[in-house]
Parts: sequence; C-alpha cells; structure tokens
Amino acid sequence: MNATVQRSLPLEEPTPHSAAQARLHPEKANAHVRFSQLGKVYEGQQGPVTALQGIDLDIERGEVFGIIGRSGAGKSSLIRTINRLEQPSSGQVLIDQVDIAAFNEDKLVELRRRIGMIFQHFNLMSAKTVWKNVELPLKVAGVPKEQRKRKVAELLELVGLQDKHDAYPAQLSGGQKQRVGIARALVHDPEILLCDEATSALDPETTQSILGLLREINQRLGLTIILITHEMAVIREICDRVVVLERGRIVEQGPVWQVFGDPQHEVSKTLLAPLQHALPEDLQTRLQAQPSDKHASIVLDLQFTGSDGNEPDLSALFSAFGGRVSLLHGGVERIQGRALGHLLLAVSHSPLSVEELLTRARKQAQHAKVLGYVA
Amino acid sequence: MWLDRLWQGVIDTFLMVGVSSLIALILGIPLAVILVTSGKGGIFEAPNVNRVLGAFVNIFRSVPFLILMVALIPFTRLIVGTTYGVWAAVVPLTIAATPFFARIAEVSLREVDHGLIEAAQAMGCRRWHIVWHVLLPEALPGIVGGFTITLVTMINSSAMAGAIGAGGLGDIAYRYGYQRFDTQVMLTVIVLLVVLVAVIQLGGDRLALRLNKR
Ligand SMILES: Nc1ncnc2c1ncn2[C@@H]1O[C@H](COP(=O)(O)OP(=O)(O)OP(=O)(O)O)[C@@H](O)[C@H]1O
Ligand SMILES: [Mg+2]
Repeated sequence: MNATVQRSLPLEEPTPHSAAQARLHPEKANAHVRFSQLGKVYEGQQGPVTALQGIDLDIERGEVFGIIGRSGAGKSSLIRTINRLEQPSSGQVLIDQVDIAAFNEDKLVELRRRIGMIFQHFNLMSAKTVWKNVELPLKVAGVPKEQRKRKVAELLELVGLQDKHDAYPAQLSGGQKQRVGIARALVHDPEILLCDEATSALDPETTQSILGLLREINQRLGLTIILITHEMAVIREICDRVVVLERGRIVEQGPVWQVFGDPQHEVSKTLLAPLQHALPEDLQTRLQAQPSDKHASIVLDLQFTGSDGNEPDLSALFSAFGGRVSLLHGGVERIQGRALGHLLLAVSHSPLSVEELLTRARKQAQHAKVLGYVA
Repeated sequence: MWLDRLWQGVIDTFLMVGVSSLIALILGIPLAVILVTSGKGGIFEAPNVNRVLGAFVNIFRSVPFLILMVALIPFTRLIVGTTYGVWAAVVPLTIAATPFFARIAEVSLREVDHGLIEAAQAMGCRRWHIVWHVLLPEALPGIVGGFTITLVTMINSSAMAGAIGAGGLGDIAYRYGYQRFDTQVMLTVIVLLVVLVAVIQLGGDRLALRLNKR
C-alpha cells in the first residue's frame, strides 16, 4: 500500500509554512497542530540537554494521536510545547497555522483556554472541592456566575460525578480524580486535549473507563486528542495515528494498525514486543537450525500486518502447504478494523521445498519466515 | 493593686503581640510570595530581587531579638517618638516578626506541588491568578501553622521587650519577680503565659487541621 511507502520516506519537505504554502498544499493546509523543525534544548546541571530535534509532524483536526517512546525520549517535552508549558528552542509550533512562539501572556492565556490538558498525577487543587476545581478555569476567565454554574454542572455530569460536587480530591479514587481532571480540562470547550500519561496511575479497569470517556469526548465533541502513554494497549484502543520518538527524534509514524502490525524501527519493535506474540520459551529451546530428519516440522512465522484489510484465510493457507499443519502459537487482533498479528505454524510431510512453502505463505501473509525445525 | 497591674500587663502583651503579628501577617505574606515566585523557575522570576530580599530577611532573622531591639532604638524613636512603652516595643517586634513569619510562609508556599502551578498555567491562569487561587489556598494550612508559631515567638520576644521597659507581662515578671522576689506574682505570670501559649497553639493547630483537605 502507498501508506507504507510514504512512511519510509521522510515526511514532506521541512518547511516554512506561509499562507502561500498552505495554498500550494491544500491537503495539508488544515493541520490542527504542526511541528516544523522543532527543537528543544534544556539547560541542565551538566550542560545543555537536547530533548527534541528536527521534529516535523502534522496532527489533523479531530484525530486521536498517540506518542510513544522510551523514558526520556522527549514525549513530554513535545506535548508541552503545544500549550507552551515549554518554549521551543528552535523551529515552530503552529496551531491552526499560527506560530505560538512569540505569544505574550495575554495571547498565551487565550491559547491555553483552547487547549485542555490532563496529567498523570491529576494535579487537582487539594484545597478546593470538585466543583471549585472544575469552576476555576472559568472563574479566572471572568465567566459570569450563572454561566459557570451551568457549565460546571454539565461537565460533572458528562464525566459521571454529579454526586461529588462537594467532595475534596483527597476523598476521591484515582479514576474519579482523573474524571475531575478531564472535566476541568474541557470546561472551556477546548479544541485540543493533551494527555500526558493520563492513565498511568490507574488500574486496568479504571484505565478502560477513562479511555471510554476520552473516546466518547473525541467523537461527541470532535476534539483533537494528543496523548502520551507507556501502555501500548491504550494506543491500540483509541488512537488513530501514532508516532514513535527516540532520543528526541521521530523514528516512525503512521496509522496505528500499520505501526503496530509491522513496526520498522528497532525501538518500535521493542516497545511493541509485548503485543507481538513472540515465540514462547519452550518452543524456542526445542527449535533447531537444521532438520534432524526428513519428518521434522518446519516452523513458519507468518505475520499479518493488516495492510490488505483481510483476515488470514486459514483454509487457503493450509491447502497451499499440502501436508500436516499445526498451529503452535500466535494470535490475531483487530486494530482500527484490520486484523493483524502473528501465526506460528509447524508444517510437516509437505512435498514442497522450503522456498516454495515461503512463496505460498507470502501470498496469504505479508511476511513469512522460517524460524527453524522441531522434531 | 498588683492584680490591676497584672490585668494591664495582659492587655499590653496582647497589644504588643497582636499589633506586631498582624503587621507581620500583612507584610509577611506578600514578602513570602515574592521570595517564592521571584526565585529560579518561579512565575515572576527575578533573581536579583530574590537575592536582595533573601539577604535582608536573613540578616534580620539572624540578629537575636534583644540586640535587634537595642540596635533599632534610633529608628523606633523616629517612628513613634519614644523608646518607652508598648508602642515603642511594637516597632522592633514587628521588624523581628515579619521576616520570621515570611520565612515560614515561604516554606509552605514552596511546598505547593509544581504540578498544580503547571495545571493552573495550562488552564489559562494568569500569574496573579496562580498566586491567589493556587499558591495561597494550597499553602494556607501551613501558613496558619506558621502564624501560630510566630504568635508564640512574639509572646516570648515581648516579654524580653517588657524587661527593658515596654510594659506587658514580661515587665511585671521582671519587676515583681526578679527585683522583689515576689513568688506569687511570678507564678501567676508564668501560669498566664503558659495558658496563653497553649490556647494560641491549640487554636492554631485546630484551624490548620480544619483547613487541610489533603
Ligand atoms: N526541565 C528540564 N531540565 C533539564 N532537562 C530536562 C528537563 N525536562 C526534561 N529534560 C530532559 O529532556 C529529555 C526528555 O525528557 P521528557 O520529559 O520529554 O521525556 P519523556 O519522553 O516524557 O520521558 P518519560 O517517559 O520518562 O516521561 C530527558 O533527557 C530529560 O532528562
Ligand atoms: Mg514524560
């Protein structure tokens, strides 16, 4: 598919984005958030630390965009330049085509009211009730009392905390706190929601409910959501596209099904390994590089990347191999409506050569390789 | 007769401690806010202001009250026209209490989680909003606790002031207890002071506890 090709190329030209340029590339004109040659250098104790360099990235309106990478890769630095909690050291951040680097406090305040943010540790005001926490952004914006009342009530209802108006954050569970955080972030009807590890402090069940809420918000309000997470399942669950950062650079990006189905970069592969149905330990030890006799089974690893949009056709696969085929390990999951995953098969008593087996396997699966032989 | 004097002493002590602590409260909180927010990475970052103010506070904090009081005599005369009596004691007491309280309040303000400041920035708070709606309310229990300590310390200092002619319980204890060896008066003063300190400490603790929602 052409998307694969596009991904392996550097993302279009690095770029000053004048209005004229936007007219030249109408399809790119409405990127909601655009990073252009963005760099960030911190003045650390032991000299400058480069957290980001040469970031070129477009985030479209209304998408759920994931950022992954190892610890210290620069994820937080990247997301925090969007609302200028961090000032870029070089390059640009454009929101709706407007460079935000030179904003003064007035414009910054205005910008931040268009961008909600939620945090790993919730960051709620401990001295304020749930109601007052959610009301605070409106209050400092000078919204009249009646209007504030309506809005806060509406949002607490949206996040399911109607009955917690007067509770203090210390009296809430982690999931409830994050719901307050979400209500607070949405109270100005923002266009963008930034989530920096918003579910990392929550248990799996609560994570699911928060993700459900985020998805609902994305669909109902058409919000652009940009999220960082260490949990690959979160990306798989709600993101449309994902970018992989490593040492302050983008090493891979694309639709989630594509990056997850067929990760290219070493870092992506490592990060996604838990989802990859790798060879179990016991099979690994039984595996031999050469067949012990002519009845030994060939172990094939078939990878389905979802790029053709079809589910693996098992009957076609088995009849193509002509022999005994057993399923050793593997799994297929659906991401964004595409089936992708690995199947590890043991093939024996097949009249076909190894090369022929692989050729036929590749008609069904996007990647196929021989892992070895088992007796 | 000495009971009347005792009563007057209580009132004088209240006046000295009350007025100087009140002024310390009014001046100390802004001072603490400036100390915290002008520091490195603060929301009103201004390293020079921070250094100068910090140095001032440290100087006044490190001079023992008795010496401070004597050193300030010309200044006191300039302000209140006399160096004798309750109002003359208020001047050095205030000047001692303000930096003392400011440092304690500063610690409470500094302990406010930086994440809360970021959250406030991210929601579109101006810097003054952050001071008013985040820093002060979040630090309030600590500030109340700090003010309690200041009050108790000022009772202590006011007694010292009393000994050199400011009036108040210290004055009475000094004159009756030390100069005339009147044990009854001495004991009464001690009991009064203990009760006073206990009431202030208890009240302050309870208020701080009630304000603390963490
Ligand atoms: N305020 C700072 N001062 C100095 N260095 C910093 C600062 N903030 C981040 N860094 C450095 O910049 C790099 C990127 O940090 P960043 O927080 O963006 O990483 P991250 O991908 O969010 O990591 P994590 O997954 O651990 O949150 C790291 O090397 C970090 O040490
Ligand atoms: Mg981070």
